[in-house]
Amino acid sequence: MDEALRTACITMISASGLAKYFGGKRALGPVSFEIGRGDTVGFLGLNGAGKTTALRILAGDLRPSAGSLIVNGSDAIRDPIAVRRLVGFLPEQPPLYPDMAVGNYLRFAGRLHGMAPADVERRVGDVEELMGLKDVSREIIRHLSAGYRQRVGLAQAVIHEPELLILDEPAHDLDPAQIAEMRALLGALRDHHTILVSSHNLPEISQTCDKLLFLDGGKIIASGSEAELAARWLDTFRSEVAIRLPDGGRELELDADVAAMPPVAAAIAALRSIEGVLEIKAMAVPQEGGASIHVESGEDKRSEICRILVEQGFEVTRLERSREKLESVFLDLVRGAERARDSGNPAA
Amino acid sequence: MRAIAVILRRELSAYFKAPLGYVVAAVVLLLSGLLFYAEALGPAAGARLSADVLSRFFFNVSGLVAIAAVVISIRLLTEERQSGSIVLLHTSPVRDRDIVLGKFFAAFAFLAGITLATLYLPLLVLVNGKVSWGHIAVGYLGVLLLGGAVLAIGLFASVLTRNSLAAAVTGGALTGSMFLLWPLAMVVGQPFAEVFAGLAIHGRHFSGFQVGVLHLRDVVYYLGVTYFFLLLATRTLDARRWQ
Repeated sequence: MDEALRTACITMISASGLAKYFGGKRALGPVSFEIGRGDTVGFLGLNGAGKTTALRILAGDLRPSAGSLIVNGSDAIRDPIAVRRLVGFLPEQPPLYPDMAVGNYLRFAGRLHGMAPADVERRVGDVEELMGLKDVSREIIRHLSAGYRQRVGLAQAVIHEPELLILDEPAHDLDPAQIAEMRALLGALRDHHTILVSSHNLPEISQTCDKLLFLDGGKIIASGSEAELAARWLDTFRSEVAIRLPDGGRELELDADVAAMPPVAAAIAALRSIEGVLEIKAMAVPQEGGASIHVESGEDKRSEICRILVEQGFEVTRLERSREKLESVFLDLVRGAERARDSGNPAA
Repeated sequence: MRAIAVILRRELSAYFKAPLGYVVAAVVLLLSGLLFYAEALGPAAGARLSADVLSRFFFNVSGLVAIAAVVISIRLLTEERQSGSIVLLHTSPVRDRDIVLGKFFAAFAFLAGITLATLYLPLLVLVNGKVSWGHIAVGYLGVLLLGGAVLAIGLFASVLTRNSLAAAVTGGALTGSMFLLWPLAMVVGQPFAEVFAGLAIHGRHFSGFQVGVLHLRDVVYYLGVTYFFLLLATRTLDARRWQ
Protein backbone atom coordinates (compact mmCIF):
# COMPACT_ATOMS: atom_id res chain seq x y z
CA MET A 1 0.00 0.00 0.00
CA ASP A 2 1.14 3.51 -0.80
CA GLU A 3 2.74 5.08 2.32
CA ALA A 4 0.58 8.22 2.19
CA LEU A 5 -2.60 6.16 1.86
CA ARG A 6 -1.55 3.87 4.71
CA THR A 7 -0.89 6.89 6.93
CA ALA A 8 -4.28 8.36 6.00
CA CYS A 9 -5.97 5.06 6.90
CA ILE A 10 -4.49 4.87 10.37
CA THR A 11 -4.61 8.58 11.21
CA MET A 12 -7.90 10.08 12.39
CA ILE A 13 -6.63 13.57 13.22
CA SER A 14 -3.61 15.40 11.92
CA ALA A 15 -3.11 18.89 13.33
CA SER A 16 -0.24 21.08 12.27
CA GLY A 17 0.61 24.47 13.74
CA LEU A 18 -2.89 24.80 15.13
CA ALA A 19 -3.38 28.05 17.02
CA LYS A 20 -6.26 30.07 18.37
CA TYR A 21 -6.30 33.66 19.51
CA PHE A 22 -9.20 35.38 21.25
CA GLY A 23 -8.58 39.02 20.48
CA GLY A 24 -4.87 39.42 21.03
CA LYS A 25 -4.70 36.66 23.62
CA ARG A 26 -3.33 33.27 22.65
CA ALA A 27 -5.56 30.47 23.92
CA LEU A 28 -3.92 27.61 22.03
CA GLY A 29 -0.82 26.74 20.14
CA PRO A 30 0.76 26.52 17.88
CA VAL A 31 0.39 22.78 18.46
CA SER A 32 0.94 19.82 16.16
CA PHE A 33 -0.18 16.29 16.89
CA GLU A 34 -1.57 13.17 15.30
CA ILE A 35 -4.22 10.88 16.70
CA GLY A 36 -4.70 7.39 15.37
CA ARG A 37 -7.97 5.77 14.37
CA GLY A 38 -9.51 3.92 17.31
CA ASP A 39 -7.31 5.61 19.90
CA THR A 40 -8.67 6.93 23.17
CA VAL A 41 -6.72 10.08 23.95
CA GLY A 42 -6.83 12.18 27.09
CA PHE A 43 -6.25 15.94 26.95
CA LEU A 44 -4.89 16.79 30.35
CA GLY A 45 -4.17 20.20 31.78
CA LEU A 46 -5.07 22.64 34.49
CA ASN A 47 -7.95 25.06 33.97
CA GLY A 48 -7.06 27.52 31.21
CA ALA A 49 -4.48 25.19 29.66
CA GLY A 50 -6.21 25.24 26.27
CA LYS A 51 -8.01 21.88 26.42
CA THR A 52 -11.48 23.21 25.73
CA THR A 53 -10.26 25.48 22.94
CA ALA A 54 -8.47 22.54 21.29
CA LEU A 55 -11.52 20.30 21.56
CA ARG A 56 -13.91 22.99 20.30
CA ILE A 57 -11.71 23.45 17.23
CA LEU A 58 -11.59 19.70 16.64
CA ALA A 59 -15.38 19.51 17.02
CA GLY A 60 -15.95 22.31 14.50
CA ASP A 61 -17.41 24.75 17.03
CA LEU A 62 -14.49 27.16 16.59
CA ARG A 63 -12.23 27.90 13.66
CA PRO A 64 -8.48 28.05 14.28
CA SER A 65 -6.62 31.34 13.81
CA ALA A 66 -3.74 29.50 12.15
CA GLY A 67 -2.59 26.04 11.17
CA SER A 68 -4.17 23.10 9.40
CA LEU A 69 -6.45 20.38 10.64
CA ILE A 70 -7.22 17.19 8.75
CA VAL A 71 -9.86 14.89 10.21
CA ASN A 72 -10.32 11.51 8.55
CA GLY A 73 -8.81 12.91 5.35
CA SER A 74 -11.09 16.00 5.23
CA ASP A 75 -9.80 19.52 5.66
CA ALA A 76 -11.66 20.88 8.70
CA ILE A 77 -11.14 24.50 7.63
CA ARG A 78 -12.16 24.21 3.98
CA ASP A 79 -14.91 21.65 4.48
CA PRO A 80 -16.15 21.91 8.08
CA ILE A 81 -19.51 20.32 7.28
CA ALA A 82 -17.84 17.08 6.13
CA VAL A 83 -15.83 16.96 9.35
CA ARG A 84 -18.82 17.71 11.56
CA ARG A 85 -20.58 14.67 10.08
CA LEU A 86 -17.84 12.51 11.61
CA VAL A 87 -17.81 14.11 15.02
CA GLY A 88 -19.93 13.73 18.15
CA PHE A 89 -19.25 16.42 20.75
CA LEU A 90 -20.12 16.69 24.41
CA PRO A 91 -19.02 20.10 25.74
CA GLU A 92 -18.43 20.74 29.41
CA GLN A 93 -21.97 22.06 29.68
CA PRO A 94 -24.19 19.56 27.77
CA PRO A 95 -25.97 21.31 24.86
CA LEU A 96 -29.50 20.51 25.99
CA TYR A 97 -32.90 22.05 25.36
CA PRO A 98 -34.47 22.06 28.85
CA ASP A 99 -38.02 22.19 27.46
CA MET A 100 -37.70 18.98 25.43
CA ALA A 101 -38.35 15.39 26.47
CA VAL A 102 -35.25 13.17 26.39
CA GLY A 103 -36.44 11.00 23.48
CA ASN A 104 -37.54 13.98 21.39
CA TYR A 105 -34.25 15.74 22.04
CA LEU A 106 -32.29 12.70 20.82
CA ARG A 107 -34.53 12.48 17.74
CA PHE A 108 -33.83 16.17 17.05
CA ALA A 109 -30.06 15.61 17.41
CA GLY A 110 -30.25 12.63 15.04
CA ARG A 111 -32.21 14.55 12.43
CA LEU A 112 -29.78 17.47 12.67
CA HIS A 113 -27.05 15.02 11.69
CA GLY A 114 -29.04 14.08 8.60
CA MET A 115 -30.14 10.63 9.76
CA ALA A 116 -33.10 8.95 8.02
CA PRO A 117 -36.28 8.73 10.19
CA ALA A 118 -36.04 4.92 10.53
CA ASP A 119 -32.38 5.15 11.58
CA VAL A 120 -33.23 7.86 14.10
CA GLU A 121 -35.85 5.65 15.79
CA ARG A 122 -33.50 2.66 15.87
CA ARG A 123 -30.61 4.66 17.27
CA VAL A 124 -32.71 6.48 19.89
CA GLY A 125 -33.74 3.06 21.25
CA ASP A 126 -30.15 1.75 21.17
CA VAL A 127 -28.63 4.84 22.76
CA GLU A 128 -31.28 5.07 25.49
CA GLU A 129 -30.54 1.45 26.30
CA LEU A 130 -26.76 2.01 26.33
CA MET A 131 -26.96 5.14 28.48
CA GLY A 132 -29.63 3.88 30.84
CA LEU A 133 -32.15 6.47 29.70
CA LYS A 134 -35.07 4.19 28.84
CA ASP A 135 -36.96 5.07 32.01
CA VAL A 136 -36.63 8.81 31.49
CA SER A 137 -37.28 8.89 27.73
CA ARG A 138 -40.47 10.92 28.20
CA GLU A 139 -39.11 13.09 31.01
CA ILE A 140 -38.55 16.79 30.36
CA ILE A 141 -34.81 17.48 30.46
CA ARG A 142 -35.17 20.40 32.90
CA HIS A 143 -36.46 17.92 35.51
CA LEU A 144 -33.44 15.59 35.30
CA SER A 145 -30.53 15.37 37.74
CA ALA A 146 -27.02 16.50 36.70
CA GLY A 147 -25.97 12.89 36.17
CA TYR A 148 -28.87 12.15 33.85
CA ARG A 149 -28.31 15.38 31.95
CA GLN A 150 -24.72 14.39 31.37
CA ARG A 151 -25.90 11.02 30.07
CA VAL A 152 -28.36 12.72 27.73
CA GLY A 153 -25.51 14.94 26.52
CA LEU A 154 -23.37 11.89 25.85
CA ALA A 155 -26.31 10.19 24.12
CA GLN A 156 -26.69 13.09 21.68
CA ALA A 157 -22.97 12.92 20.95
CA VAL A 158 -23.17 9.27 19.86
CA ILE A 159 -26.67 9.20 18.33
CA HIS A 160 -25.32 9.39 14.76
CA GLU A 161 -22.57 6.80 15.39
CA PRO A 162 -19.71 9.27 14.84
CA GLU A 163 -16.25 7.98 14.09
CA LEU A 164 -14.75 10.63 16.37
CA LEU A 165 -16.18 11.28 19.81
CA ILE A 166 -15.01 14.42 21.65
CA LEU A 167 -15.83 14.79 25.33
CA ASP A 168 -14.90 17.92 27.25
CA GLU A 169 -14.74 17.22 30.99
CA PRO A 170 -17.43 14.51 30.86
CA ALA A 171 -17.21 14.00 34.62
CA HIS A 172 -17.70 17.70 35.33
CA ASP A 173 -20.23 18.30 38.14
CA LEU A 174 -20.78 14.58 38.76
CA ASP A 175 -20.61 12.84 42.13
CA PRO A 176 -18.22 9.90 42.62
CA ALA A 177 -20.88 7.30 41.76
CA GLN A 178 -21.79 9.16 38.59
CA ILE A 179 -18.10 9.51 37.67
CA ALA A 180 -17.74 5.73 37.93
CA GLU A 181 -20.82 5.32 35.70
CA MET A 182 -19.40 7.77 33.17
CA ARG A 183 -16.11 5.86 33.16
CA ALA A 184 -18.00 2.63 32.50
CA LEU A 185 -19.89 4.28 29.63
CA LEU A 186 -16.63 5.48 28.10
CA GLY A 187 -15.29 1.96 28.39
CA ALA A 188 -18.32 0.68 26.47
CA LEU A 189 -17.80 3.29 23.73
CA ARG A 190 -14.06 2.71 23.27
CA ASP A 191 -14.48 -0.17 20.83
CA HIS A 192 -16.59 1.82 18.39
CA HIS A 193 -15.11 5.30 18.33
CA THR A 194 -11.92 7.27 18.33
CA ILE A 195 -12.34 9.17 21.58
CA LEU A 196 -10.81 12.44 22.78
CA VAL A 197 -11.55 13.25 26.39
CA SER A 198 -10.34 16.18 28.45
CA SER A 199 -9.83 16.49 32.16
CA HIS A 200 -7.72 18.30 34.72
CA ASN A 201 -7.64 15.15 36.80
CA LEU A 202 -5.08 12.50 35.76
CA PRO A 203 -6.52 9.50 37.65
CA GLU A 204 -9.94 10.28 36.19
CA ILE A 205 -8.88 9.64 32.60
CA SER A 206 -5.63 7.69 32.75
CA GLN A 207 -7.54 4.45 33.23
CA THR A 208 -9.55 4.90 30.05
CA CYS A 209 -6.99 6.49 27.72
CA ASP A 210 -4.30 4.89 25.54
CA LYS A 211 -2.47 8.16 25.15
CA LEU A 212 -2.27 11.40 27.11
CA LEU A 213 -1.58 14.90 25.82
CA PHE A 214 -0.50 17.28 28.57
CA LEU A 215 -1.33 20.92 27.82
CA ASP A 216 -0.19 24.02 29.58
CA GLY A 217 -0.44 27.64 28.48
CA GLY A 218 -1.99 26.48 25.19
CA LYS A 219 0.92 24.20 24.30
CA ILE A 220 1.50 20.48 24.50
CA ILE A 221 4.20 19.95 27.09
CA ALA A 222 4.25 16.16 26.99
CA SER A 223 2.49 13.29 25.25
CA GLY A 224 2.49 9.51 25.26
CA SER A 225 0.92 6.57 27.03
CA GLU A 226 0.86 6.56 30.80
CA ALA A 227 3.55 3.87 30.80
CA GLU A 228 5.74 5.89 28.41
CA LEU A 229 5.35 9.03 30.50
CA ALA A 230 6.07 7.14 33.69
CA ALA A 231 9.17 5.60 32.10
CA ARG A 232 10.27 9.06 30.93
CA TRP A 233 9.48 10.99 34.09
CA LEU A 234 9.81 8.49 36.89
CA ASP A 235 12.87 6.50 37.79
CA THR A 236 10.91 4.29 40.18
CA PHE A 237 7.69 2.26 40.03
CA ARG A 238 4.99 2.86 42.62
CA SER A 239 2.45 0.21 43.55
CA GLU A 240 -0.46 0.67 45.87
CA VAL A 241 -1.88 -2.38 47.65
CA ALA A 242 -4.84 -2.37 50.03
CA ILE A 243 -5.27 -5.04 52.67
CA ARG A 244 -8.24 -5.65 54.94
CA LEU A 245 -7.53 -5.66 58.67
CA PRO A 246 -8.75 -8.62 60.76
CA ASP A 247 -11.43 -6.59 62.54
CA GLY A 248 -12.55 -4.92 59.31
CA GLY A 249 -10.82 -1.70 60.28
CA ARG A 250 -13.39 -0.80 62.89
CA GLU A 251 -12.50 2.30 64.88
CA LEU A 252 -9.72 3.02 62.41
CA GLU A 253 -9.11 6.74 61.97
CA LEU A 254 -7.64 8.47 58.96
CA ASP A 255 -4.64 9.77 60.87
CA ALA A 256 -4.01 6.47 62.68
CA ASP A 257 -0.41 5.20 62.63
CA VAL A 258 -1.30 1.98 60.84
CA ALA A 259 2.35 1.09 60.19
CA ALA A 260 2.70 0.44 63.91
CA MET A 261 -0.30 -1.88 64.02
CA PRO A 262 0.83 -5.53 64.24
CA PRO A 263 -0.92 -6.87 61.07
CA VAL A 264 0.27 -3.94 58.93
CA ALA A 265 3.77 -4.03 60.42
CA ALA A 266 3.90 -7.75 59.50
CA ALA A 267 2.79 -7.01 55.95
CA ILE A 268 5.43 -4.26 55.60
CA ALA A 269 8.12 -6.61 56.93
CA ALA A 270 7.07 -9.27 54.40
CA LEU A 271 7.17 -6.75 51.55
CA ARG A 272 10.64 -5.55 52.53
CA SER A 273 11.90 -9.04 51.65
CA ILE A 274 11.18 -8.36 47.96
CA GLU A 275 14.37 -7.56 46.12
CA GLY A 276 14.47 -4.06 44.64
CA VAL A 277 11.94 -2.49 47.03
CA LEU A 278 13.13 0.99 47.94
CA GLU A 279 10.52 2.45 50.22
CA ILE A 280 7.26 1.43 51.86
CA LYS A 281 4.62 3.66 53.41
CA ALA A 282 1.25 2.80 54.87
CA MET A 283 -1.87 4.77 55.56
CA ALA A 284 -5.27 4.03 57.00
CA VAL A 285 -8.21 3.65 54.61
CA PRO A 286 -11.23 3.34 56.91
CA GLN A 287 -13.71 3.25 54.03
CA GLU A 288 -11.99 0.11 52.70
CA GLY A 289 -11.74 -1.42 56.16
CA GLY A 290 -7.98 -1.60 56.24
CA ALA A 291 -4.71 -0.06 55.16
CA SER A 292 -3.19 1.08 51.90
CA ILE A 293 0.51 0.29 51.47
CA HIS A 294 2.57 2.22 48.92
CA VAL A 295 5.59 0.29 47.65
CA GLU A 296 8.28 2.09 45.65
CA SER A 297 10.58 -0.16 43.67
CA GLY A 298 13.02 -0.06 40.79
CA GLU A 299 10.59 -1.92 38.55
CA ASP A 300 7.10 -3.39 38.52
CA LYS A 301 6.83 -5.73 41.52
CA ARG A 302 3.04 -6.05 41.68
CA SER A 303 2.88 -9.81 41.08
CA GLU A 304 5.41 -10.48 43.86
CA ILE A 305 3.65 -8.10 46.22
CA CYS A 306 0.37 -9.91 45.67
CA ARG A 307 1.95 -13.38 46.01
CA ILE A 308 3.76 -12.61 49.25
CA LEU A 309 0.78 -10.97 50.94
CA VAL A 310 -1.55 -13.81 49.99
CA GLU A 311 1.00 -16.38 51.18
CA GLN A 312 1.18 -14.52 54.49
CA GLY A 313 -2.58 -14.81 54.82
CA PHE A 314 -3.53 -11.18 54.12
CA GLU A 315 -6.76 -10.35 52.34
CA VAL A 316 -5.74 -8.16 49.39
CA THR A 317 -8.64 -5.93 48.35
CA ARG A 318 -6.87 -3.76 45.77
CA LEU A 319 -3.57 -3.68 43.92
CA GLU A 320 -2.74 -1.06 41.30
CA ARG A 321 -0.10 1.19 39.97
CA SER A 322 -0.02 4.38 41.94
CA ARG A 323 -0.79 7.43 39.81
CA GLU A 324 -0.13 9.86 42.58
CA LYS A 325 3.54 10.25 41.69
CA LEU A 326 2.90 10.70 37.96
CA GLU A 327 0.40 13.44 38.72
CA SER A 328 2.77 15.24 41.06
CA VAL A 329 5.49 15.11 38.37
CA PHE A 330 2.98 16.57 35.90
CA LEU A 331 2.15 19.37 38.32
CA ASP A 332 5.87 20.04 38.83
CA LEU A 333 6.25 20.21 35.05
CA VAL A 334 3.40 22.72 34.77
CA ARG A 335 4.78 24.85 37.59
CA GLY A 336 8.20 24.73 35.94
CA ALA A 337 6.69 25.93 32.66
CA GLU A 338 4.85 28.71 34.52
CA ARG A 339 8.04 29.80 36.24
CA ALA A 340 9.86 29.80 32.90
CA ARG A 341 7.10 31.91 31.34
CA ASP A 342 7.16 34.32 34.25
CA SER A 343 10.92 34.71 33.89
CA GLY A 344 10.47 35.36 30.15
CA ASN A 345 12.11 32.19 28.86
CA PRO A 346 10.03 31.17 25.84
CA ALA A 347 11.96 27.97 25.31
CA ALA A 348 10.31 26.26 28.25
CA MET B 1 -33.61 22.50 3.25
CA ARG B 2 -33.95 19.48 5.51
CA ALA B 3 -31.91 21.07 8.28
CA ILE B 4 -34.07 24.21 8.03
CA ALA B 5 -37.21 22.07 8.44
CA VAL B 6 -35.73 20.20 11.44
CA ILE B 7 -34.82 23.45 13.22
CA LEU B 8 -38.14 25.09 12.26
CA ARG B 9 -40.11 22.21 13.80
CA ARG B 10 -38.20 22.32 17.06
CA GLU B 11 -38.44 26.09 17.33
CA LEU B 12 -42.13 26.18 16.55
CA SER B 13 -42.89 23.56 19.20
CA ALA B 14 -40.85 25.61 21.70
CA TYR B 15 -43.27 28.57 21.28
CA PHE B 16 -46.14 26.42 22.52
CA LYS B 17 -44.17 25.13 25.52
CA ALA B 18 -43.16 28.51 26.92
CA PRO B 19 -45.54 31.14 28.37
CA LEU B 20 -43.97 33.93 26.28
CA GLY B 21 -45.68 32.78 23.09
CA TYR B 22 -49.12 32.66 24.72
CA VAL B 23 -48.61 36.02 26.42
CA VAL B 24 -47.58 37.71 23.16
CA ALA B 25 -50.52 36.16 21.29
CA ALA B 26 -52.99 37.16 24.02
CA VAL B 27 -51.74 40.76 24.21
CA VAL B 28 -51.81 41.24 20.42
CA LEU B 29 -55.32 39.81 20.12
CA LEU B 30 -56.64 41.79 23.08
CA LEU B 31 -55.18 45.11 21.97
CA SER B 32 -56.14 44.64 18.33
CA GLY B 33 -59.73 43.94 19.46
CA LEU B 34 -59.81 46.99 21.73
CA LEU B 35 -58.33 49.28 19.08
CA PHE B 36 -60.76 47.95 16.50
CA TYR B 37 -63.65 48.66 18.83
CA ALA B 38 -62.41 52.19 19.38
CA GLU B 39 -61.88 52.83 15.67
CA ALA B 40 -65.00 51.15 14.29
CA LEU B 41 -67.64 51.09 16.99
CA GLY B 42 -66.55 53.50 19.68
CA PRO B 43 -67.85 57.04 20.20
CA ALA B 44 -64.92 58.46 18.22
CA ALA B 45 -65.73 56.32 15.18
CA GLY B 46 -68.48 58.64 13.96
CA ALA B 47 -69.58 58.06 10.40
CA ARG B 48 -66.28 56.61 9.25
CA LEU B 49 -66.20 54.74 5.92
CA SER B 50 -65.67 50.99 6.19
CA ALA B 51 -62.54 51.23 3.99
CA ASP B 52 -61.20 53.84 6.37
CA VAL B 53 -61.92 51.59 9.35
CA LEU B 54 -60.06 48.73 7.65
CA SER B 55 -57.13 51.01 6.82
CA ARG B 56 -56.85 52.13 10.45
CA PHE B 57 -57.14 48.52 11.58
CA PHE B 58 -54.11 47.53 9.48
CA PHE B 59 -52.22 50.58 10.74
CA ASN B 60 -52.84 49.54 14.36
CA VAL B 61 -52.17 45.84 13.77
CA SER B 62 -48.91 46.63 11.97
CA GLY B 63 -47.65 48.42 15.09
CA LEU B 64 -48.73 45.60 17.40
CA VAL B 65 -47.18 42.94 15.13
CA ALA B 66 -43.92 44.89 14.92
CA ILE B 67 -43.68 45.02 18.73
CA ALA B 68 -44.61 41.32 18.94
CA ALA B 69 -41.91 40.51 16.37
CA VAL B 70 -39.25 42.25 18.46
CA VAL B 71 -40.35 40.36 21.59
CA ILE B 72 -40.48 36.99 19.82
CA SER B 73 -37.13 37.42 18.11
CA ILE B 74 -35.18 38.25 21.30
CA ARG B 75 -35.04 34.63 22.44
CA LEU B 76 -34.14 33.16 19.05
CA LEU B 77 -30.38 32.94 19.62
CA THR B 78 -29.72 34.56 22.99
CA GLU B 79 -31.44 31.67 24.77
CA GLU B 80 -29.41 29.12 22.80
CA ARG B 81 -26.19 30.87 23.72
CA GLN B 82 -27.16 31.27 27.37
CA SER B 83 -28.04 27.59 27.78
CA GLY B 84 -25.15 26.37 25.61
CA SER B 85 -27.49 24.47 23.27
CA ILE B 86 -26.10 26.52 20.35
CA VAL B 87 -23.10 24.16 20.48
CA LEU B 88 -25.32 21.32 19.24
CA LEU B 89 -26.26 23.39 16.18
CA HIS B 90 -22.69 24.60 15.67
CA THR B 91 -21.18 21.12 15.75
CA SER B 92 -23.87 19.48 13.59
CA PRO B 93 -23.40 19.30 9.83
CA VAL B 94 -25.68 22.31 9.42
CA ARG B 95 -24.77 25.60 7.75
CA ASP B 96 -25.11 28.84 9.72
CA ARG B 97 -27.52 30.00 7.02
CA ASP B 98 -29.79 27.02 7.77
CA ILE B 99 -29.73 27.79 11.50
CA VAL B 100 -30.76 31.39 10.86
CA LEU B 101 -33.43 30.47 8.30
CA GLY B 102 -34.86 27.67 10.45
CA LYS B 103 -35.26 30.03 13.37
CA PHE B 104 -36.58 32.86 11.22
CA PHE B 105 -39.24 30.75 9.50
CA ALA B 106 -40.36 29.27 12.84
CA ALA B 107 -40.75 32.74 14.35
CA PHE B 108 -42.45 33.97 11.18
CA ALA B 109 -44.91 31.06 11.20
CA PHE B 110 -45.78 31.81 14.82
CA LEU B 111 -46.15 35.53 14.13
CA ALA B 112 -48.26 34.80 11.06
CA GLY B 113 -50.52 32.60 13.20
CA ILE B 114 -51.07 35.43 15.69
CA THR B 115 -51.61 37.96 12.90
CA LEU B 116 -54.13 35.84 11.05
CA ALA B 117 -56.01 35.18 14.29
CA THR B 118 -57.18 38.82 14.02
CA LEU B 119 -58.90 38.01 10.71
CA TYR B 120 -62.35 37.97 12.30
CA LEU B 121 -62.13 41.75 12.75
CA PRO B 122 -61.75 42.72 9.06
CA LEU B 123 -64.33 40.03 8.26
CA LEU B 124 -66.78 42.00 10.42
CA VAL B 125 -66.07 45.03 8.24
CA LEU B 126 -66.44 42.91 5.08
CA VAL B 127 -69.83 41.61 6.18
CA ASN B 128 -71.19 44.92 7.43
CA GLY B 129 -69.45 47.38 5.11
CA LYS B 130 -68.13 47.89 1.64
CA VAL B 131 -64.59 46.58 1.45
CA SER B 132 -63.07 44.03 -0.90
CA TRP B 133 -61.28 40.75 -0.22
CA GLY B 134 -58.36 42.29 -2.10
CA HIS B 135 -58.02 45.09 0.45
CA ILE B 136 -57.96 42.55 3.29
CA ALA B 137 -55.44 40.28 1.51
CA VAL B 138 -53.10 43.16 0.61
CA GLY B 139 -53.36 44.59 4.12
CA TYR B 140 -52.39 41.30 5.71
CA LEU B 141 -49.59 40.83 3.17
CA GLY B 142 -48.18 44.20 4.26
CA VAL B 143 -48.46 43.36 7.96
CA LEU B 144 -46.71 40.01 7.41
CA LEU B 145 -43.95 41.57 5.29
CA LEU B 146 -43.39 44.22 7.97
CA GLY B 147 -43.44 41.54 10.70
CA GLY B 148 -40.90 39.45 8.75
CA ALA B 149 -38.59 42.44 8.36
CA VAL B 150 -38.77 43.28 12.08
CA LEU B 151 -38.18 39.61 12.96
CA ALA B 152 -35.04 39.64 10.81
CA ILE B 153 -33.83 42.78 12.63
CA GLY B 154 -34.55 41.17 16.01
CA LEU B 155 -32.84 37.94 14.96
CA PHE B 156 -29.76 39.91 14.02
CA ALA B 157 -29.85 41.62 17.44
CA SER B 158 -30.13 38.23 19.16
CA VAL B 159 -26.97 37.03 17.40
CA LEU B 160 -25.02 40.01 18.69
CA THR B 161 -25.35 39.27 22.39
CA ARG B 162 -26.10 36.44 24.80
CA ASN B 163 -27.96 38.80 27.13
CA SER B 164 -31.73 38.89 26.51
CA LEU B 165 -32.14 42.43 27.82
CA ALA B 166 -29.29 43.71 25.63
CA ALA B 167 -30.79 41.89 22.63
CA ALA B 168 -34.21 43.41 23.36
CA VAL B 169 -32.74 46.91 23.65
CA THR B 170 -30.67 46.49 20.48
CA GLY B 171 -33.55 44.99 18.48
CA GLY B 172 -35.97 47.60 19.80
CA ALA B 173 -33.55 50.46 19.08
CA LEU B 174 -32.85 49.27 15.53
CA THR B 175 -36.54 48.78 14.76
CA GLY B 176 -37.50 52.02 16.49
CA SER B 177 -34.91 53.94 14.49
CA MET B 178 -36.28 52.55 11.25
CA PHE B 179 -39.80 53.57 12.32
CA LEU B 180 -38.63 57.07 13.30
CA LEU B 181 -37.11 57.68 9.87
CA TRP B 182 -40.62 58.40 8.55
CA PRO B 183 -41.56 61.27 10.92
CA LEU B 184 -37.98 62.48 10.55
CA ALA B 185 -38.42 62.61 6.78
CA MET B 186 -41.35 64.99 7.35
CA VAL B 187 -39.22 67.59 9.12
CA VAL B 188 -35.88 67.55 7.27
CA GLY B 189 -35.14 69.07 3.92
CA GLN B 190 -34.17 67.39 0.67
CA PRO B 191 -32.32 65.20 -0.20
CA PHE B 192 -32.43 63.70 3.32
CA ALA B 193 -36.23 63.67 3.39
CA GLU B 194 -36.31 61.42 0.34
CA VAL B 195 -33.59 59.11 1.68
CA PHE B 196 -35.23 58.79 5.10
CA ALA B 197 -38.66 58.18 3.60
CA GLY B 198 -37.18 55.50 1.33
CA LEU B 199 -35.51 53.73 4.22
CA ALA B 200 -38.33 54.06 6.79
CA ILE B 201 -39.86 50.70 7.67
CA HIS B 202 -43.31 52.25 8.11
CA GLY B 203 -44.95 55.22 6.43
CA ARG B 204 -44.37 55.38 2.69
CA HIS B 205 -43.76 51.65 2.28
CA PHE B 206 -46.71 50.57 4.39
CA SER B 207 -49.30 53.16 3.37
CA GLY B 208 -50.12 51.33 0.11
CA PHE B 209 -50.81 48.04 1.88
CA GLN B 210 -52.94 49.88 4.41
CA VAL B 211 -55.38 51.06 1.77
CA GLY B 212 -55.28 47.86 -0.27
CA VAL B 213 -52.90 49.04 -2.99
CA LEU B 214 -50.03 46.70 -3.83
CA HIS B 215 -46.79 48.33 -5.04
CA LEU B 216 -44.01 46.02 -6.14
CA ARG B 217 -41.41 48.48 -4.78
CA ASP B 218 -42.86 48.10 -1.27
CA VAL B 219 -42.76 44.31 -1.45
CA VAL B 220 -39.17 44.48 -2.70
CA TYR B 221 -38.28 46.89 0.12
CA TYR B 222 -39.56 44.61 2.90
CA LEU B 223 -38.03 41.51 1.33
CA GLY B 224 -34.78 43.44 0.91
CA VAL B 225 -34.70 44.52 4.57
CA THR B 226 -35.46 40.95 5.64
CA TYR B 227 -32.74 39.52 3.40
CA PHE B 228 -30.20 42.12 4.52
CA PHE B 229 -30.64 41.46 8.24
CA LEU B 230 -30.80 37.68 7.82
CA LEU B 231 -27.56 37.89 5.87
CA LEU B 232 -26.02 40.03 8.62
CA ALA B 233 -27.20 37.51 11.23
CA THR B 234 -25.69 34.60 9.26
CA ARG B 235 -22.38 36.39 8.75
CA THR B 236 -22.23 37.40 12.43
CA LEU B 237 -22.96 33.83 13.53
CA ASP B 238 -20.18 32.58 11.29
CA ALA B 239 -17.80 35.30 12.46
CA ARG B 240 -18.26 34.18 16.06
CA ARG B 241 -16.51 30.90 15.25
CA TRP B 242 -13.41 32.90 14.31
CA GLN B 243 -13.41 35.16 17.37
